[in-house]
Amino acid sequence: MFRSHVMICAGTGCTSSGSDKIAEAFEAELKNVSLENEVKVVRTGCFGLCALGPIVVIYPEASFYSRVKAEDVKEIVDEHLLKGRPVTRLLYDETVADDNTIKSLDETDFYKKQVRIALRNCGVINPENIDEYIAFDGYQALGKALTEMKPADVIQTMLDSGLRGRGGAGFPTGLKWKFAAGNASDQKYVCCNADEGDPGAFMDRSVLEGDPHVVLEAMAIAGYAIGATQGYIYVRAEYPIAVHRLQIAIEQAREYGLLGNNIFGTDFCFDVDIKLGAGAFVCGEETALMTSIEGKRGEPRPRPPFPAVKGLFGKPTILNNVETLANVPRIILNGAEWFGSMGTEKSKGTKVFALGGKIKNTGLVEIPMGTTLRTIVEEIGGGIPDGKKFKAAQTGGPSGGCIPASLIDTPIDYDNLIAIGSMMGSGGLIVMDEDTCMVDIAKFFLEFTVDESCGKCTPCRVGTKRLLELLEKITSGNGEMEDLDKINELATFIKANSLCGLGQTAPNPVLSTMRYFRDEYEAHIIDKRCPAGVCKKLLTYHIDPAKCKGCSLCAKNCPVGAISGEIRSPFTIDTSKCIKCGACMEKCKFGAISRK
Amino acid sequence: MKSLAELTALRDKMKHTVSAREAAHDSKRVVVGMATCGIAAGARPVLNAFTEEVAKENLDDVLVTQTGCIGICQYEPVVEVFEQDKEKVTYVHMTPEKARRVVAEHLMKGNPVVEYTIGAAK
Repeated sequence: MFRSHVMICAGTGCTSSGSDKIAEAFEAELKNVSLENEVKVVRTGCFGLCALGPIVVIYPEASFYSRVKAEDVKEIVDEHLLKGRPVTRLLYDETVADDNTIKSLDETDFYKKQVRIALRNCGVINPENIDEYIAFDGYQALGKALTEMKPADVIQTMLDSGLRGRGGAGFPTGLKWKFAAGNASDQKYVCCNADEGDPGAFMDRSVLEGDPHVVLEAMAIAGYAIGATQGYIYVRAEYPIAVHRLQIAIEQAREYGLLGNNIFGTDFCFDVDIKLGAGAFVCGEETALMTSIEGKRGEPRPRPPFPAVKGLFGKPTILNNVETLANVPRIILNGAEWFGSMGTEKSKGTKVFALGGKIKNTGLVEIPMGTTLRTIVEEIGGGIPDGKKFKAAQTGGPSGGCIPASLIDTPIDYDNLIAIGSMMGSGGLIVMDEDTCMVDIAKFFLEFTVDESCGKCTPCRVGTKRLLELLEKITSGNGEMEDLDKINELATFIKANSLCGLGQTAPNPVLSTMRYFRDEYEAHIIDKRCPAGVCKKLLTYHIDPAKCKGCSLCAKNCPVGAISGEIRSPFTIDTSKCIKCGACMEKCKFGAISRK
Repeated sequence: MKSLAELTALRDKMKHTVSAREAAHDSKRVVVGMATCGIAAGARPVLNAFTEEVAKENLDDVLVTQTGCIGICQYEPVVEVFEQDKEKVTYVHMTPEKARRVVAEHLMKGNPVVEYTIGAAK
């Protein structure tokens, strides 16, 4: 019986900042003071507040230690675990009140507005121990479905819940299952799409790392609902921790008879295998994903036929995203009504967002649908660092668009995001401040899609490349006003004619930035100026003669000898030689050099 | 795993091994003084006795935790029981046996064991 539990984040973020060493240090130190039978060390999943990692939470007090180093472990063991005095200097500062009392984590701005359903076990259980998953009602939903519900009841519950696909497109999950269930076949398949490819999104990885059994349980429920006996998880090989924990989970579930033949003594048989993806973005598209599982080159194919009719190996197949699946067991246990009570009219439940970019609390947050962008950015995210101004947020990754500051009070759900020219996507949310150039951002995302286009269809292969060239022309100062019309025409054409979602959504970042920040495009074209000071070719460096003391430091640091002058009199920059590296500006001690 | 009943039995068995992590809604707090004075006087077996007993009886609303020196070292091991809207009860010279009685009478039935309190010790 352990009186205290030390939960150490073993997700990818904290592991890369050394949490495995911290866990080892705790084990060694606890042994030193003979507490190893009183205090349990648990390697757990992501707590979400990745900006403060490595994170250690000590129960029963739920003390939240942030940015822990291996050297700090001895102090925590001696003071907190042995003598009961939390080490205040290492606690997350928001949990320490002015009078030095310690607040619960649920009272902090980061956590208090969150509702954790998909992430409920992340940071709470040891993901490599099936017993801990079971202790938190794990596999109860599968048991309930198999013994108390007919497949049609399961599908009806999913339909009633209003759950929509969390991978991006937002298709109703119950409807997908219903279509697949309705197609008779000797074999059907359940696929889990864990090919999370959007830059900046990592919620699926966190679920797999922190709660792998929930995915297995949900897939088995889906298999029962549609009449499938085999499942595949398509997961990126770049997620080694997730893959490892999934393997452990599958073995444990088989050992307990929760995967395999005659589950819970019924006729239902179901097993799951893992397929590793090689990191192609297009393989997150459902038809490309199935083609890749079949062992072929990962390229999409036209729909119809939809996977529910003719999917993997030509058999009826459903594909669900990891986060979607993570909601399923809770819906079965708590009922459709419970789930439907959260969210907006057409977007039920919660959504996990990966907060990144110019924001204080980078990390994972799960919030009810309909929460405004303002709440996410200003309250949960802690605002923009360095007192800068919020300019826009980008959702949906390379397929999505920008939400400008003027729309910060928009309640976030599937339909509102589409209406303002963005999309939910998998939930990456990149915050941008006044130093971000919107043309440059559009260019960045387009570079990504150009790289990741599989090349099968011409609009995407050639069209995105031509679109990128137009943007490069503008950011290098050679743009003309009619380029904007060309971009519009080309973007519309790519959207309408591409084979799969990758091409159909690739122009979105360009279109949405043109819609909300047309003035920035015009500044690049007409004034040959980048208002945010990002686009190198449009910048000129200039020395203010009034501030320059003539110390020559800038000239010494200029790699191309573009700066000249006499000591103790103002220096000048030869703009024809300048390569705009910014070294002079960084070195100047008098702030005499500016960039326009 | 042959049936849902078997799974539920395993869940109930495992539940108390993780109950320490669901501390948010506790209404009663048992605080054991674990400074040098407390440890020297035998506070650790007392703390463990509370932890085990609370888990055994499935008292979901009780949080067992520890604190530093309260300042009355001659009375260690000292245990304080906090309950919402009630006055704090301070137990002194505690032992694992006394701890088990406090769980049974005070935490489960709401009757503080007066003879173990600091008031009775004087």
